[in-house]
Amino acid sequence: MVNTRSNLSPEIRKSLYRQMLRIRKFEETTHALYKSGRLTGMSPHLCIGEEASAAGVISTLNADDYILSTHRGHGHCLAKGAEMGKMYAELFGKETGYCRGRGGSMHIADVSRGNLGANGIVGAGLPIALGAGLSIRKRGTRQVVVCFFGDAATNQGTFHEALNMSKAFHLPIVWVCENNLYGLSTPIEKVSATPMLSDRAKGYAMPGVTVDGMDVEAVRAAATEAVARARAGEGPTLLEVRTYRYFGHGASDHRPYRTREEEQNWWKRDPVAGYRMKLISEGAGSEAELVEVDQEIEKEVAAGVAFAEASPDPKAAESSLYVYTEE
Amino acid sequence: MAERTYREAIIEAMAEEMRRDERVVLIGEDVGKFGGAMGASKGLFEEFGAGRVIDTPISEAAIIGSGLGMALTGQRPIAELMFIDFSGVCMDQILNQVAKVRYMLGGQTQVPLVIRSQAGAGKGYAAQHSQSLEAWFTHVPGLKVVMPATPRDAKGLLKSAIRDNNPVMFIEHKLLYNNKGDVPGDPEFLIPLGKAEIKREGQDITLVSHSRQVLNCLDAATELAKKGIEAEVIDLRTLRPMDFEAIQASVEKTNRFVYVEEGYPQCGIAAEVVARVAEHCFELLDLPPIRISAKDTPIPFARVLEQETIPSVHRIVETVWAARHWAVHA
Repeated sequence: MVNTRSNLSPEIRKSLYRQMLRIRKFEETTHALYKSGRLTGMSPHLCIGEEASAAGVISTLNADDYILSTHRGHGHCLAKGAEMGKMYAELFGKETGYCRGRGGSMHIADVSRGNLGANGIVGAGLPIALGAGLSIRKRGTRQVVVCFFGDAATNQGTFHEALNMSKAFHLPIVWVCENNLYGLSTPIEKVSATPMLSDRAKGYAMPGVTVDGMDVEAVRAAATEAVARARAGEGPTLLEVRTYRYFGHGASDHRPYRTREEEQNWWKRDPVAGYRMKLISEGAGSEAELVEVDQEIEKEVAAGVAFAEASPDPKAAESSLYVYTEE
Repeated sequence: MAERTYREAIIEAMAEEMRRDERVVLIGEDVGKFGGAMGASKGLFEEFGAGRVIDTPISEAAIIGSGLGMALTGQRPIAELMFIDFSGVCMDQILNQVAKVRYMLGGQTQVPLVIRSQAGAGKGYAAQHSQSLEAWFTHVPGLKVVMPATPRDAKGLLKSAIRDNNPVMFIEHKLLYNNKGDVPGDPEFLIPLGKAEIKREGQDITLVSHSRQVLNCLDAATELAKKGIEAEVIDLRTLRPMDFEAIQASVEKTNRFVYVEEGYPQCGIAAEVVARVAEHCFELLDLPPIRISAKDTPIPFARVLEQETIPSVHRIVETVWAARHWAVHA
């Protein structure tokens, strides 16, 4: 485990807190909306507990860098700059949503912010990241691609194809494996040949780093190095972020495969609440300042939900729009 | 106008489009100096270099994903899949990614990607290198599917496919690469996607086909003419979007309909077109619609077995001849 501390300014530290809290509040409200029946369809895959990964990694990126996200992707989408209103509108299946109601929870992305898409298929984003990397190389820009995927994706064939080719071609990609320990119910340790997923990097002759995913500054430090390496043309990195999904895979998952005690132990390491206390105790922010942040985000969430609920449904007659381009 | 092989027409189409648009790149297995497993990219590496003609590992999902990722970030890639049979290795990328991205994102982006591949039996390549799987892709909204039969069509359609802002499956036929024909040299020569072509006019029966079986239909039509049956031969050229109007217009004239394909019979292209003919042309028909497809079996190795599985000129002629008693004026 890498656990280095960078000397971050209070502004950066507060922005990391703010981003994590935005994700937390967005997801808590999403959960409540689904439980109350106001959201329909497949239950959203919440990233509560995993906020430090999205916030820490994406805080190191430029606006024109690319990300590829997963079915548990609301946090990535928010951290890359998406607006809550358009995200909630998508969850509600509204015409004003990012995907005009065609995508839903698993496909929310703001492409204009460099988010090339979330994905409902485990491991499917990795080959697409290669193309973004090839495109950067061909255009000669200094952009970077961050491809997020879960622990289970490391057992898909696409993981091997993509990591191998990224190293062989020295592409500017950071592979971020969010290891939340379970592929739905299956513990990764029971189905992975390597207990430490970053060890897989050795097979591709690239740096492999495991970082404490409940510590946003540790995540940010590790991502900073990996992104710098990619931007400098020194090739890809596999960054394993050890994290925990506090909720089930979806709403119907009552977690019989793990103990409540295990969950409580991980709650003691809550990346958001813990970071809040840390900022206060280290004098990076006052209680009053952080309460203000909390209140701003609550307003942002409330306004987002209100915008979504007031928005029109897509027109039924337009269900075939966007299959092809209009010529 | 110059005489070109089907292979040369494909190379010429890619070279012209790569000269015209710097964003066009070719990526795939052995497409570089080697010139492609079918020789269909010979000379491109020498002209455009390793930055635009990219040799990949044997990683089909990575090839298609690379094409998609490039298309989403401002390039206009051509991804070569050596055999259409290998699409099984990367089907998720084609089915769930390439075909769906634009729709799932509500039109935020577009996917100007051509997936070039080749299909078909006849060379003794056996069950994993001889299939005609175009029905799989034609089934999927979001894809376009093109299957040219002649050098002229190959060039004009490939150029249009490269300029199209949607994903196009461009499926060549392995027996056609050495066929010769006249091909326009004008760099703006384009054949629009979604337009069928009447390759032979006739008034007695309509034979519709795509890819190499179009040539079998033309030979069969010559044989049938000797027996007094004038067949009209329509080359669909693009399977999705499908030019059904061209078929309907022909059936209005002939009142008889046959589809000839090299794919498997169940849920195939012929099945689809026959269904449309039944729905839209029922009262026009003097004859139940006829399907001539490959046999419902994997493609075998031995020549005698392989030839038995795929439609032949003989089989087309015999099938039409056997049905002639239905005909009122044949």
